[in-house]
Amino acid sequence: MVEKVNKEKSILTFPADREIALETKNVQVYYGDNHAMHDASLQFPRYSITALIGASGSGKSTYLRSLNRMNDGIARVDGEIMYRGLNINSNEVDIYQMRRRIGMVFQRPNPFAKSIHNNISFPLHEMGIKDKSKINEIVESSLKQAALWDEVKDDLGRSALSLSGGQQQRLCIARSLAMNPDILLMDEPASALDPISTYKLEMTLSDLKDQYTIIIVTHSMEQASRLSDYTAFLHMGKIVEFDTTKNVFTNPTMKLTEDYVSGNFG
Amino acid sequence: MNAKKADKIATAIIYILVGIVVLILVALLGFILISGLPHVTWSFLTSPASAFSAGGGIGDQLFNSFYLLILTLIISFPISLGAGIYLAEYAKKNWLTDAIRITIEVLSSLPSVVVGLFGFLLFVVQFKLGFSIISGAIALTFFNLPLLTRNIENSLNGVSNLQREAGLSLGLSRWKTVTKVVVPAALPGILTGIILSAGRVFGEAAALIFTAGQSAPMLNYANWNPLSGDSPLNIFRPAETLAVHIWKINTEGIMPDASQVSAGASAVLVVAVLIFNLGARFAGNYIYRKITASK
Repeated sequence: MVEKVNKEKSILTFPADREIALETKNVQVYYGDNHAMHDASLQFPRYSITALIGASGSGKSTYLRSLNRMNDGIARVDGEIMYRGLNINSNEVDIYQMRRRIGMVFQRPNPFAKSIHNNISFPLHEMGIKDKSKINEIVESSLKQAALWDEVKDDLGRSALSLSGGQQQRLCIARSLAMNPDILLMDEPASALDPISTYKLEMTLSDLKDQYTIIIVTHSMEQASRLSDYTAFLHMGKIVEFDTTKNVFTNPTMKLTEDYVSGNFG
Repeated sequence: MNAKKADKIATAIIYILVGIVVLILVALLGFILISGLPHVTWSFLTSPASAFSAGGGIGDQLFNSFYLLILTLIISFPISLGAGIYLAEYAKKNWLTDAIRITIEVLSSLPSVVVGLFGFLLFVVQFKLGFSIISGAIALTFFNLPLLTRNIENSLNGVSNLQREAGLSLGLSRWKTVTKVVVPAALPGILTGIILSAGRVFGEAAALIFTAGQSAPMLNYANWNPLSGDSPLNIFRPAETLAVHIWKINTEGIMPDASQVSAGASAVLVVAVLIFNLGARFAGNYIYRKITASK
């Protein structure tokens, strides 16, 4: 399966019958004159977790944020990002609609300064869902999916800011899930959490992959190997290797990848 | 001299300097309150001023001050909010927005008497609005706009960028993110700024002498028709405020109890401004607690 494109990188591609949730073709990202991401071409298979790993400054977050156009106004992104046959990196795309399909969870929990209930119901309301019972239903189901329901069901009117960091992060996941997205982008979602909260978060993500495609940036190689089905290793703005997680961690093709996953880096 | 000794001396000097500041403030406030409060009675607060005889009150002036304050805030808050949102959320950093910021800076350090004279020439004379509440309110708006705009801009800037990203990532437009996420989160700061600016506006005299005028025509508080001459709600009547009244009594007051009226009015003014300041703290903390639900 591994097709060695050239000596610089080794990128796994998928047969035509494997459903692809998102594909980037020759994506370049520029911060002013700084060319931060080179020729990123990847396929993200549907209903799987793909981890993006690499050292700080390797371009993981930059790449991830390009996938739902969160870099708009910050960086220039060239190339194609194909979602359901549509290049979402074009001006004609309604980015607000698109972001409901491709949700994002950030490094630090960022609930709104509103109640737990309103954190989820307010974006739904803005989306045009006005039916109260429907909203309550979605609030409950998304909190259950994010494994937060049992901890907060007795007091949904409480301020979201009074929750613990781990709970806040799961609320942010619930909030994204409430939009009924296809894809969830996660930018180091556990980096601000303690080990127990991290464990809970990972359990939640494993459950979610039956219904969602998850792309997760992580600094923790343990997390990537525990959690993900596929792993992409990035180095200095280039995707060096993309393969099944098992292969990346046990039998990498590229020397750079091997050095990184075995801790011989730098 | 060793580090420990130097530290002790520095600490002592800082305490002394702070002590001086506090002492001056307490002495000033104490003097105004002690000499003024004994003259403050219910009838002093509610009866109209008298020009020649003793026993006049400050009822009309007090009403005028609040009325002018409310009008000023009604005019200046929406403008400041719009300008603050533009500067904090939309303005790109270039020469134009730099120029806008410098202009606001300059405007905020403009002496209020200059604002007053400008208002006098433009509204009172040129636009023939005469000495009127509306002229005063517009002059005070000029006086208030830069500070309120800066305050709102700073409050919005204080809201973490994570909040904006949260809104955008959920498919909210930039405008919805600003109005429904960022502004509510900045509300405690914005509210504190409004109340503090209210205190400044309430105590302002120089900008009003030439715009709202120094006369307090007899008002009929039963007349609620805003177009009628003796209605308190009429915005085209001249209106002497409390601060202007204090200035006037002290420069040309000929009533026998001028100094008592002045002391009483000053005490009322100081108490009102104190209430605004304490109110700002209380309201800001209250809303913050309410939002964050922290005990």
